[in-house]
Amino acid sequence: MKEITLEATIDNLQQVLAVLEEMLDELRCPTKPRMSLMIAVEELFVNIASYAYAPDTGEATVRFLPIDDAKGIEITFIDSGMQYNPLEKDDPDITLPVEERPIGGLGIYMVKKSMDDVRYEYKNDQNVLKITKLF
Amino acid sequence: MTITKQENGSELTIKLEGRLDTVTAPQLEEELKNSLDGVSELAFDLSSLDYISSAGLRVLLSAQKTMNKQGSMVVRGANDDLMEIFDVTGFVDILNIES
Repeated sequence: MKEITLEATIDNLQQVLAVLEEMLDELRCPTKPRMSLMIAVEELFVNIASYAYAPDTGEATVRFLPIDDAKGIEITFIDSGMQYNPLEKDDPDITLPVEERPIGGLGIYMVKKSMDDVRYEYKNDQNVLKITKLF
Repeated sequence: MTITKQENGSELTIKLEGRLDTVTAPQLEEELKNSLDGVSELAFDLSSLDYISSAGLRVLLSAQKTMNKQGSMVVRGANDDLMEIFDVTGFVDILNIES
């Protein structure tokens, strides 16, 4: 298990991704799930950095846990910002023509589509979002 | 990410190398803001692009919207990983993607 707690800012995204990459190297994660996980962690951490404490900033914890004899990974994002369940957001209509496509809402949609499981709970005044990906 | 521009009259080709993500997307957005005047054919060469997140997709979508008003846009050289992302997000239907 690896865990990192740091100020949720876009400048700190690289640090979180570095821990993820280290973990995925150890687990010998193949290229395809690696890409999905890099995207998911970027999208979710950037969401926290952009909205959870806006206009201020605050801390976020990201926990990486190997599962199923290292054949997958579970990643938990915890913040103490505004209560927000990103899974309640409507999926963007990806069939709309370009002129009507809203610029946004794609990040969480990509996470939902690419992970095997995504769960949210609000516990002890904290947003806890857990994603699971099997390799 | 490295951005390389090649202009030929009203044709502009932009080659992207590396990662188009939350950190680098604003760089491309800025570059496009200053580059698209008078361009009627825009091409993105993604053959050396390894990664794209929603921040990058947003910039491509916004470029497509701009080019719909003044000409055409094409995306070339995307690898299988990028193609899968274009597929999942429905971008295969709104971008003109050449393999």
